[in-house]
Amino acid sequence: MDILLWGALPYVAFASLVGGLWWRHKYDQFGWTTRSSEVYESTLLNIASPLFHYGILAVLGGHLLGLFVPASWTDAIGISEHGYHLISLFAGTLAGVLAIAGILMLVYRRRTNAPVFRATTGNDKFMYVFLVGNIVLGLTAKLAHSSISSGYNYRETIAPWARSLFTLQPKVDLMNGVPLAYQVHAVVGMFLIAIVPFTRLVHMFSLPLQYFFRPYVVYRSRDPKQLGEVKPRRGWERVDS
Amino acid sequence: MRVMAQIAMVMNLDKCIGCHTCSVTCKQTWTNRSGMEYAWFNNVETRPGQGYPRRYADQDKWQGGWELDRRGRLKLKQGGRLKKLLTIFGNPVQPTVQDYYEPWTYDYRTLTDAPLGDDYPVAGPRSLLSGKPMDVKWSANWDDNLGGMPEHGTRDPVVERMQAEVGEKVRFAFEQTFMFYLPRICEHCLNPACVAACPSGAIYKRAEDGIVLVDQDDCRGWRQCVTGCPYKKIYFNHRTGKAEKCTFCYPRIEVGLPTVCSETCVGRLRYLGVLLYDADKVTAAASVQDEKDLYEAQLGVFLDPDDPEVRRAAERDGIAYDWIEAARRSPVRALISTYRIALPLHPEFRTMPMVWYIPPLSPVVEAVSAAGHDGEQAGNLFGAIDALRIPIAYLAELFTAGDPAPVRASLDRLAAMRSHMRDLNLGRTPDGSAAGAVGMTPEQIEEMYHLLAIAKYEDRYVIPTAAAGDARRLEESALPDGCSLDYEDGPGMGGDGPFGADSGRKSLPLVSVESFHIMRRRQTSDDPGDAQ
Repeated sequence: MDILLWGALPYVAFASLVGGLWWRHKYDQFGWTTRSSEVYESTLLNIASPLFHYGILAVLGGHLLGLFVPASWTDAIGISEHGYHLISLFAGTLAGVLAIAGILMLVYRRRTNAPVFRATTGNDKFMYVFLVGNIVLGLTAKLAHSSISSGYNYRETIAPWARSLFTLQPKVDLMNGVPLAYQVHAVVGMFLIAIVPFTRLVHMFSLPLQYFFRPYVVYRSRDPKQLGEVKPRRGWERVDS
Repeated sequence: MRVMAQIAMVMNLDKCIGCHTCSVTCKQTWTNRSGMEYAWFNNVETRPGQGYPRRYADQDKWQGGWELDRRGRLKLKQGGRLKKLLTIFGNPVQPTVQDYYEPWTYDYRTLTDAPLGDDYPVAGPRSLLSGKPMDVKWSANWDDNLGGMPEHGTRDPVVERMQAEVGEKVRFAFEQTFMFYLPRICEHCLNPACVAACPSGAIYKRAEDGIVLVDQDDCRGWRQCVTGCPYKKIYFNHRTGKAEKCTFCYPRIEVGLPTVCSETCVGRLRYLGVLLYDADKVTAAASVQDEKDLYEAQLGVFLDPDDPEVRRAAERDGIAYDWIEAARRSPVRALISTYRIALPLHPEFRTMPMVWYIPPLSPVVEAVSAAGHDGEQAGNLFGAIDALRIPIAYLAELFTAGDPAPVRASLDRLAAMRSHMRDLNLGRTPDGSAAGAVGMTPEQIEEMYHLLAIAKYEDRYVIPTAAAGDARRLEESALPDGCSLDYEDGPGMGGDGPFGADSGRKSLPLVSVESFHIMRRRQTSDDPGDAQ
């Protein structure tokens, strides 16, 4: 069971993410969108949506920091374990609360605004359960195992396990003594990663950073292949330009 | 000089009777789908009026188009790239569907399912967004024909600006009102703000004909284009989550047919043709300091295809011969650059729009005649233009960023044409004074009359086909790229058929007996000889 959860599931989730993204990009670019409902209701969305998105981005940043930056690195720049714990507790809780407040407002809006509710698919509802659930799970795990003075040090167990995944030799044993709340949070998290390509969450992979580097006005030519396949006759090819 | 070609449109507002045929046929063709119920790629507004969506021209609120920054450079009014990406999680100034109108249908089932009773059953309106009963309070042309003017008229942004700038009060009292119709489609701008606003790079301007399109596969639904377009001609499809816009009916244009709105216009008021322009000059022209110079600046971007220098440069830049020839015969170029009677809509948005308008003159002759004067005598007409029912200041706010001179010049030319042509119709010899007063020759006036009044199909729509420049490659394009004798048992003993290699017998090469254009000429010609 341990090997299944901590040795196989991460790779299954990752394969589902990468394979799903490839599949979606190849076969369903038309469905790859934010599916915004701002056209129905704008006021509440303009408060809740930035709140949630910035909150969840901070949460993501916190996870990257906690899981993939070894404790020895933060020690090296002079942050003690207690100092790290305080940062992770307060900043993490703040980010989590922002994200939860935002998503609760969004769910409230989705449920009470009739056009928005009608535009909600079964896929959306399924995804929302796991997304909201896992944010709450994560925050509970953190708060249940922390006090100001000390807290559960996942950087000795979960983080090395997460890093060991990259070397293809997962240290499954490390996850043995981890509190149940953290374990559930991790499993649901891996499930969320697996379903990203198949839900509206896929829009997180289209953050348009290329916008900074392109000219304002985009020109495109028709594909010459669509006009005709016949090459110009020999001697009639264009000579200039 | 970098020559590019643009298919542009001119609409003669004098002829628009506000029948909405263009809107309806456009809707039937492009937007009769769920998710686009509220969208009209083509709509006809009554002016003065708020427009569709409501008060779209008020850019203080909607933040559309471009503005100049402190250093005089163009920037999007909605904000720079960084600001747009930081606010991408919720577009702060996107119009909601209520600003257009909430689409609805009727509960027709009650008409058949209602139990027997004393009252007639009524099919009540049902919202297409929520499915719930609703009150119909606004639509795409709610203020059609000045409906509800005492309530809505003063909310017209143009009226507000006139009041602020010229101090002119527009009166909506009975017998003092005026109105005209303004059909609007996407402007297919030379400097499109929607294209610039799209973070995904999904909106593009086609290099061949300047048509602005949305790539439905690349669009990610960020909705920045909806804000970017100052004409609010990009619509968010709320079913697919993608932006959609007027396509200028590109599948028709590519084969040389006019757009659906032009084809079905009962007033025959739309003109389509090619304009050549210098792409290198666009940004400079769009950034001139004074808004009132934007009209002249845009005229300066257009190139004269009769100039051998321009023709050489066009050839060099890959513009097909047919297109250069079409640009010489272009009715749009004649109305915009030669006669200078067509004007751009809201040039102050700095997008360099490419759908231009001939301002309306119609009521003036009637008004002068009713006052007991000779309504079509040139002197009387010129004088009366200043006292037009439709204030020149209003037209100027629409077409020239408030500068009355170009509007006045355009109306003068139209008036001179009427006077000149009346002399001809009455068998008098025009002395040329009417033409001379507006700086034209009698021949020019008569050509302009031909274009405006006779306006045959072939004169109104001069559209080179997309393939014309590539015709040799397109001919019999279903054929394989090989020898036509290369069929089964033929000289080359077969090979793949035109649609790939199936199994079994190979079909003979396809040769079309009749081309699309021969058939069209046969069906639409005025000359019975062609119809054979």
